[in-house]
Amino acid sequence: MNYTDKLTESIQSVKPSGIRRFFDIVNEMDNVISLSVGEPDFQTPWHVREAGIRSLEKGRTWYTPNRGFKELREEITNFYKRKYNLTYDPTTDVVVTVGGSEAIDIAIRCMAGKGDEVLIPEPSFVCYVPLTVMAGATPVIIETKAEDQFRLKADQLEEKITDRTKLLILPFPNNPTGAIMERSDLEAIAQVIRKHDLMVLSDEIYSELTYNGKKHVSIAEIDGMKERTVVINGFSKAYAMTGWRLGYALGPAEIIAMITKLHQYCIMSAPTTAQYAAIEALKNGDDDIAMMCDQYDMRRRLVVGTLNEMGLNCFTPEGAFYAFPCIRSTGLSSEEFCTRLLQAKHVALVPGSAFGDSGEGYVRLSYSYSVKHLKEALNLIREFISEL
Amino acid sequence: MDKLLQLLSENSSLSTAELSMMLGEPEDYIAAQIKEYEKSGIIRGYRAVVNWDAVPESGVVALIELKVAPQLQKGFDEFAESLLCYDEVESVYLMAGAYDLLLTVKGRTIQDVSAFVAKQLAAMNGILSTATHFMLKRYKENGVSLVDIDKKDRREMML
Repeated sequence: MNYTDKLTESIQSVKPSGIRRFFDIVNEMDNVISLSVGEPDFQTPWHVREAGIRSLEKGRTWYTPNRGFKELREEITNFYKRKYNLTYDPTTDVVVTVGGSEAIDIAIRCMAGKGDEVLIPEPSFVCYVPLTVMAGATPVIIETKAEDQFRLKADQLEEKITDRTKLLILPFPNNPTGAIMERSDLEAIAQVIRKHDLMVLSDEIYSELTYNGKKHVSIAEIDGMKERTVVINGFSKAYAMTGWRLGYALGPAEIIAMITKLHQYCIMSAPTTAQYAAIEALKNGDDDIAMMCDQYDMRRRLVVGTLNEMGLNCFTPEGAFYAFPCIRSTGLSSEEFCTRLLQAKHVALVPGSAFGDSGEGYVRLSYSYSVKHLKEALNLIREFISEL
Repeated sequence: MDKLLQLLSENSSLSTAELSMMLGEPEDYIAAQIKEYEKSGIIRGYRAVVNWDAVPESGVVALIELKVAPQLQKGFDEFAESLLCYDEVESVYLMAGAYDLLLTVKGRTIQDVSAFVAKQLAAMNGILSTATHFMLKRYKENGVSLVDIDKKDRREMML
C-alpha cells in the first residue's frame, strides 16, 4: 500500500536525521566507547528518587491538575525568583510539561502558524526546525559562528527579520556548542526583539550548568523582555532527571493560558510521580546541582585542554556539557571524521552537521562521562589523529 | 574540601598535567602542592583499590571490638599505638559508643585470626573484653562499589 497520500505533507517534509546512517553503525557495534550521549551520567539524587518512591508507596498515582501541582508551580516560581530574580505568578504564569520538549512543541504551536517565520539559531538542538514545520510555520536559520563564540549577534538577527517573523528561539546555554549568552549579548538581542515586536522562546534547559563563574542570564531579566518571553526549563539536565520527563514553561499569563489549553488536550497532565520528585529537587537540590556542576567543570577543562593539545581547535564552552572542536584541520567532513573514528578506534562522537549545516566542520563530544572513560576515549582520538 | 586531594583520592593515576587542566592551576603549582602534601604526611601513599573477594586465597578479615581500661593521663592512645606493630592489624580506630577500639585484622585463615585474638590480643594488659566479627562479603569499600550491578552505561539517547 502506498501511504504517501495517507500522511500529511508536513510530516513527510520533515527531514529524517541526515546522520541516521551513522547512528545505525554505532548501534550495531560492540565495545563502542561513546562520548555521544546528551544526558547526565549522574543518577537522580537519592533524596529526589526517594520522594518519587514515597509518593508511589502512598498510592498517589492519579492525574495532577493540568498545569501541574500547585506546590510544584510555587517551587518553580521560587526557583526563578531565587536564581534569576524573576517574579512569576504560580497560578497563572507556569505550566508543567512532559520534559522541556513538550513545552517547546506546544509553545511554538501556540505562537507560530501558517505564514509565520520562526528564527532558529544553529548549531542547536535538533527539534526546533521539525516542530516549527509541524506547526505550519517556516523555520529561518541563523548561523552562529565560532569567531563570535557561537553567540547570537544582533546584526545577524536583524538581517533575518521580515514582516512575517513572529518568534525567536533562543537556545542558550547551547547544545551542541556549549556557548552561553551574557547580559550584554542579550541586551543587544532584546533591543531588536522590542523594535520588531517579536516574541522569544528561551530554551534554558542547561541554565544551571555554566562555568568560569558566569551565571546564566535569562533574556526575561532584560528590561521589557519578561512580557515577550516564554522561558522553557526542566529537571533533566540540572537534577539528572532525564527519564522522569518533566519540564515547564514560564511566561505571560495570556500565553501560558493558551499553552495550558493545548497541553490539557494533548497530554492532560505531566507524570505524577515525577512531579512529587521534582518538588523535592527544587526544595533541597541546590547542593546536588553545585556538586554535579563542579564535576562537569573539571571534566570540561580536561577535555577542552586535551583536544587543543592534540591540535583540534576547541572553542571554550561555558555551559552545558559538550565540547565542540573544529576538525577542519584533518581535511575530513564531520561525518567522515566520526565514521572513520568509529571504525578505526570504536569511539563514537556526534558529527556537528547533525545540528544544522553550520555544524559542518565540527564534532560534538559530550563530557557527561567519568574521568577514566574520558581519558580512554581522548587517548584513542589522539591516536586516530596521529594516524591520519 | 581541597579539590586536589579529592581528585587524587578518587584516582591517583591522574598526571600533574591532567590535574593542572582540571583544576585550572599551573602544572608546577600542582606538583609542588602534591610534594607538600606528601612531605607533611597528608598524602600517605598511592595504592590500587583491590577487591580481595575476587582474589583466590586472599585470606579473611575480622572486625574486632575492644573494651579497654583507659590509662591515667594517656587515655587510650598508648594502648592503641601498641597495636600498630602487629602485621595482622590493618586499621585501628577509637570509637564512641558501646566499645572503645575497633580493629580490622587480616589473616590467612579463620584459625589464624582466632589464634591472634586469643593468644595476642586478649592476653594484653588492660583488655576488658573482645568481640570478633568475621567479614563474609564486601559490597563497597573506600567509596568503591565492588559489585558489578548496573555497570553497563544504559544511556542510549545521542542527541
